[in-house]
Amino acid sequence: MTIRVDYRKKLQAIFDKLVLMCRHAEDVCEKSVGAFAEKDLEIAREVKTIEKTIDKLERKIEKACLRLLVMEHPVASDFREVSATLKIIKDLERIGDQSKDIAKITIKLADTNIDIPENIRQMGVIIIQMIKDAVQAYINRDLQLALSIDETDDKADALFDIIMNDLVSIIQKNPQDAKQGLQLIMVAKYLERIGDHAVNIGEHTAFLIRGKV
Amino acid sequence: MRQKCEKSKKGTRATNFIRNLCVQRMAKTVNISINNCNLYYGDFHALKGIGNDMPMEIGANKVTAFIGPSGCGKSTFIRVFNRMNDLIQNCKITGEIKIGEQDIYDKNTDVTLLRKNVGMVFQKPNPFPMSIYDNIAFAPRTYGVKKKARLDEIVERSLKQAALWDEVRDRLKKSALGLSGGQQQRLCIARTLAAEPKIILMDEPTSALDPISTGTIEDLIRELKKTYTIVIVTHNMQQATRISDKTAFFLMGEVVEYDKTRQIFSNPKDKRTENYVTGRFG
Repeated sequence: MTIRVDYRKKLQAIFDKLVLMCRHAEDVCEKSVGAFAEKDLEIAREVKTIEKTIDKLERKIEKACLRLLVMEHPVASDFREVSATLKIIKDLERIGDQSKDIAKITIKLADTNIDIPENIRQMGVIIIQMIKDAVQAYINRDLQLALSIDETDDKADALFDIIMNDLVSIIQKNPQDAKQGLQLIMVAKYLERIGDHAVNIGEHTAFLIRGKV
Repeated sequence: MRQKCEKSKKGTRATNFIRNLCVQRMAKTVNISINNCNLYYGDFHALKGIGNDMPMEIGANKVTAFIGPSGCGKSTFIRVFNRMNDLIQNCKITGEIKIGEQDIYDKNTDVTLLRKNVGMVFQKPNPFPMSIYDNIAFAPRTYGVKKKARLDEIVERSLKQAALWDEVRDRLKKSALGLSGGQQQRLCIARTLAAEPKIILMDEPTSALDPISTGTIEDLIRELKKTYTIVIVTHNMQQATRISDKTAFFLMGEVVEYDKTRQIFSNPKDKRTENYVTGRFG
């Protein structure tokens, strides 16, 4: 016999919305990185629209979680579910913001003939995979995958250091390209931050599964 | 410590004071230990091997909550501690239940003294149909206290401990039945305290009360645990999380899980506990 049917439905609805938000976050990051690599302005503009959808979902999910906490007093794994959701939506929302920031730079660099360094493209691939892994770990409650994201982040961080050094030496050699070089550094930094949010999602998922931080 | 208490049974105010001090100090150290407790109502096996893997310890100066669905054995178990089940025909108990160092099912146990040491508060407030004063003085009188000054002192102290003194000090001679539900329940707690117990058992003490009275009783329980060991049966999960240090989850006569309350309600180890506290049980 199932009891508290309405409560279960509400919990499921929150989960469904979060999965949708996760999918949008994957999408926005993939499109943002793709648009930057291909200098595709149309997709860069689309990123802004998806980011707004993510923001709306964040507000909706937060409201639903707070209402559930007040009205239903979830405990144990249900409480962890709600608690993890409240944290994960913040990370997804920031992923949306930083993807939008990358899209803005894509639009700014559209008129230039700047070459996108291979390392940034490579970092983009790693970061997209990290988000996919984080989302997959959350949906499938995969503890091993959730914890593995941190290791991947180390690779992304190492790549970020290389990109920084490369770009700094390029700027030193060609000061006239400093503005564009800084924009590239910004993109690398946004990617690095997105990676950190993926790690956070992995950690929240691990807490959800294990019940300890 | 015990010798000192015995010597001071009859005596002056000073020796009474020492005796009270002894009782209070003993109260601070008393805990309950349950080792493989089984209870049968005729053929029905109501409690199944509680503390059989390792003795279940109910800590002194702690609030321990028993939770579980109706009919799972919580109230039966709580009544084991003051041998109230002895009053039920065909009830048989095996195993070892120790309060402090004493096995309470030992044949030499003085059951009257045991029930003085292990007070009980029930679900529905049950004041005696007499004055507030006489309700509180009932137990001390039964245990031989006759001096009015001493009785006055016990009544005042018990009512103060039960956070009721300020509300009833001007009408001690009026009927206890005229008090509100919450006041009646605090009166019952005060009546329990007047017997100077070491342990207080509470069987759903707030289930018949409004949220304000419930809050008052919960504050009171937090205060009382400084001096007493408290065991509470509750169906209110939030209440268990608010006031108890440890929680035992009962199911079909067994203790499925017994752990810190924080653990039980955040990350229980047993799936059945998880299902019950999250409301999936059924």
